[in-house]
Amino acid sequence: MHLLRLNFAVALSGFRRYATYRVATAAGVFTNTVFGFILAYTFIALWHERPHLGGYDQSQALTFVWIGQAMLAGAALMGGGFQDEFHERIRNGDVAIDLYRPVDLQLWWLASDLGRAAFQLLGRGVAPLAVGALAFDLALPSSPWVWLRFLLAVWLAVVVSFALRYLFALCGFWLLDATGLNALSTLLSLFFSGMLLPLTVFPGAFGEVARLLPWSATLQVPADVLLGTHPGGSAAGLAFQAGWALVLLAAGRALQTAATRKVVVQGG
Amino acid sequence: MADGTPRPRAVLGDAVWGVRAYGFIVAMWVRSTMAYRASFAMMLAANFATTFLDFAAIMIMFSQVDALGGFTLPEVAFLYGTSCVAFGLSDLLLGTAERVGRRVRDGTMDVLLTRPVPVLSQLAADRFALRRLGRIIQGSLVLGWAVLRLDLDWTPGRVALLFSMVLSGAAIFGCVFVLGGAFQFWAQDASEVQNAFTYGGTTLLQYPPTVFGKELVRGVTFVVPLAFVNWLPALRLLGRDDPLGLPGGLDFASPAVALLCCAVTGLVWRAGLRAYRSTGS
Repeated sequence: MHLLRLNFAVALSGFRRYATYRVATAAGVFTNTVFGFILAYTFIALWHERPHLGGYDQSQALTFVWIGQAMLAGAALMGGGFQDEFHERIRNGDVAIDLYRPVDLQLWWLASDLGRAAFQLLGRGVAPLAVGALAFDLALPSSPWVWLRFLLAVWLAVVVSFALRYLFALCGFWLLDATGLNALSTLLSLFFSGMLLPLTVFPGAFGEVARLLPWSATLQVPADVLLGTHPGGSAAGLAFQAGWALVLLAAGRALQTAATRKVVVQGG
Repeated sequence: MADGTPRPRAVLGDAVWGVRAYGFIVAMWVRSTMAYRASFAMMLAANFATTFLDFAAIMIMFSQVDALGGFTLPEVAFLYGTSCVAFGLSDLLLGTAERVGRRVRDGTMDVLLTRPVPVLSQLAADRFALRRLGRIIQGSLVLGWAVLRLDLDWTPGRVALLFSMVLSGAAIFGCVFVLGGAFQFWAQDASEVQNAFTYGGTTLLQYPPTVFGKELVRGVTFVVPLAFVNWLPALRLLGRDDPLGLPGGLDFASPAVALLCCAVTGLVWRAGLRAYRSTGS
């Protein structure tokens, strides 16, 4: 009970912290919307040439674009969030202080990142999706149950995204300068989440592998849950996400134990 | 406040000094980057790979279709290459000018004002990131491939048009970077707005104009003149009609448009710098 209250408080402060920067949020909404328009037009051209490409019709493909823009900041598909901050604390040794505290390191960062994501999904996600829905013919479902399942899928997407970024950040314990790793993490996330193109459009075996990787749980699966196009149904999609979330969080936990045992904090 | 009223005779000298000072600071950052060669090589590779993703997406698109908006893969690659190299050059030379907002917030802008070097030179050279060559190399490779595949008749005039297009494009994107920086003197936290015009602009120009709505094409021709970076001259080189049906002479107007942009940008930058109020509340 105490643990729950504590983590809720951490999440709330994460929410408040990002909610402070209103101008930056508005600027982000503007940029997401502009990118949404650019991508939407290229998708219209692509689906005009090949209707039903990747199993989507044109309005489903456009919905995919705008869901991507809505989730870009929330699910940290381009990296960022707690990742830079945590990495900086590992680099300069402040993480030693974090380890003294009577709270769990991984849960602490997870809670704060969930708070950030909650704000960014509301502050930076809703407006671009609304603009997209006004400007284009989107395939948005009317059933509240589908939206509820979508919300759950988005929440799981944030958890999987967190677990991935936590693993990358932890590598900072061994590599003093993890900027290269951060770049790699962003690269993998952008490409294999479906942000550039839906993974269902990727050809052949490459596409099949891409759809099994954890990054597909951060955008491809939530989009398919909303569109009702996940093979095997939405429940299978949610189970896929939950499975990756558990595996990656456990891996993060194991790596964290190894890191704190073996590595001498820099400066000490 | 730092510039005061420019005296006609001193303007040219100031400009030369500004460029020289920029060169000094850049050389310093390059030297410090080269102290960590392995790290630099990794960052260059990362930059190359990240910027290559956009083209990977285009290649995946063309694995499913033969044409996009009526343009073939080599034609789209030509647009991609020219947009990417022009943007890469401006990003390398002026990309760090987007840090104005951060400097205003943390108060380090004041330091720049006290030094006898134009503020823009200092800002643009600060943290000069040589790894941004990655985008230029990547764009040049795609452009080279496109030129080989397109089988165009490369007369000297056409070669000149290609070079003037890339250089003017770099100047136009450079103006967007500096305008974005100047804008942050007024709206400090809104630095992300300029991403829509810089990164958004280069993504837009990678695709043929026929893909986009006419209003959008009009907007990037007459309001933010990004169409002059590559669309108009490239359509001429590819032997395509432009969707707006503009007079053909405009295909050669990129250098003039770039100069006009520089003049406007200079005025806005000065206005922004004068509007600067130090933090310290």
